[in-house]
Amino acid sequence: MASPDDLKFQEFEEATDLLLADPGASTLSMSGSSSTAPAGATGDIKLDMSDDEGQEESSELLRGEKQTSGFWTFEYYQSFFNVDTMQVLDRVKGSVMPLPGRNFIKHTLQSSPDLYGPFWICVTLVFSLAISGNLSTFLNSLGSPHYHYRPQFHRVTIAAVVIFLYAWLVPLGIWGFLTWRQREERQQSGYSFLETVCLYGYSLFIYIPTSVLWILPFEWLQWLLILVAMVISGSVLVLTFWPVVRDDTKVTAYATVATIVVLHALLSIGCKMYFFQTATLTQVTTLAPNHTAAILPSKTH
Amino acid sequence: HHFAGLSDVSISGDIPVEGEINVPVGTPSQDKEYSTLDEPVKDTILRDLKAVGKKFVHVMYPKKSSALLRDWDLWGPLLLCVTLALMLQGGSVDSKEDGGPQFAEVFVIIWFGSVIITLNSKLLGGTISFFQSLCVLGYCIMPLTVAMVVCRLVLLGGSWGFSFIVRLIVVTASFSWSTFASTAFLADCQPPNRKALVVYPVFLFYFVIGWMILTFSPSA
Repeated sequence: MASPDDLKFQEFEEATDLLLADPGASTLSMSGSSSTAPAGATGDIKLDMSDDEGQEESSELLRGEKQTSGFWTFEYYQSFFNVDTMQVLDRVKGSVMPLPGRNFIKHTLQSSPDLYGPFWICVTLVFSLAISGNLSTFLNSLGSPHYHYRPQFHRVTIAAVVIFLYAWLVPLGIWGFLTWRQREERQQSGYSFLETVCLYGYSLFIYIPTSVLWILPFEWLQWLLILVAMVISGSVLVLTFWPVVRDDTKVTAYATVATIVVLHALLSIGCKMYFFQTATLTQVTTLAPNHTAAILPSKTH
Repeated sequence: HHFAGLSDVSISGDIPVEGEINVPVGTPSQDKEYSTLDEPVKDTILRDLKAVGKKFVHVMYPKKSSALLRDWDLWGPLLLCVTLALMLQGGSVDSKEDGGPQFAEVFVIIWFGSVIITLNSKLLGGTISFFQSLCVLGYCIMPLTVAMVVCRLVLLGGSWGFSFIVRLIVVTASFSWSTFASTAFLADCQPPNRKALVVYPVFLFYFVIGWMILTFSPSA
């Protein structure tokens, strides 16, 4: 009769051979150690059913880490749309509630970015800007009888160009810069391009209700809304980028964060000024100066 | 007859073989699948028109029917798109800058929008085919086209006040109908926990078209 050690060694070899031949096979593992109990009959025999799932899990992890299909296949793009309704809603919620210490990419995205959210948020934002801007121009000019309603459809094209350029070029720039610094400074962490795009896309969500509320013709309210949206959306961005940037030199760190905030501010202020022109501006451009005398009495009726 | 044995048969080259060989060239009335190459043009056009008309009826009463999905065609969507784009012209054209959508813009929005929504639903794991989805989305524009016709008629009686309320109600009703009809066809082909993700772009698409119809203002 072979000694317990020989038996074990033999089984291990056999087992590896069998596994090599068929990696998906379920395996039995004996949890008893050779020093305590006699091998064989009285040892613990555990039916290790978790091996199947374990192998599936590890292969899924591998799939997530390296792209196995090329970028010309449909499956490559399908991997970016692997989200459920509840996940998208959670990500949107995470983008409007910045808590200190909660990194959007690590916590909410859990490092699995999707392209559904950013794309449809940008499309919705384009149309909400154009439609709300049109409505606000109309409401502001309701008093003047010379005003003829115009749909101003060209604003959709302009809004689309601006929003989509922002949503793709700015993450590209930030990602490129951070990756270059990371390679220079030998830092560990960094975000992939898709994660940056995803972060920026979701951070634009707050502007959708903001653009609808901009219809209300109170100047102070509009600037207050800009401030609130900037604070919320900017802090989501800053909280996410700060852990990556803080290992750098102080100047670079602050400069990067400042650039992110400034670009975001420029976008919101620019959109507000272009799409939601105040009443005084439109009246000056549509009325001829010698008609103002005739208009004023009619307005008081 | 006297049957001669085999030994009597001499095989030589000059035994004439007589008979008739019939190759069945099927006439259209005899064969099961008939070739449509020989029929008069009127029949072809009428058959396609009937198919398109049948699909229009299916959109108006969106029960679960397979005609839209199985026998998809893109004639109906093209007809509707061109009609809608043409009717959206002739608006306030005094300033090209501030006017309504141009013909090309309407065309691009409808077709590009349909393609993007179809790609979106396929990327999310839908089982509907590309052209079937285009067909459904295109045919479901029909309530909005009807609303456009109604709006143009109502606009003949003035732009504001009562006419605006009527137009608002008509456009809202038809855009809801379009969304509901196309969702009835498309939603079954989606994985269950992603239905809302697929329905939302469809809603946005018909909302934008409805907006274009509602804001159509004739020249002063």
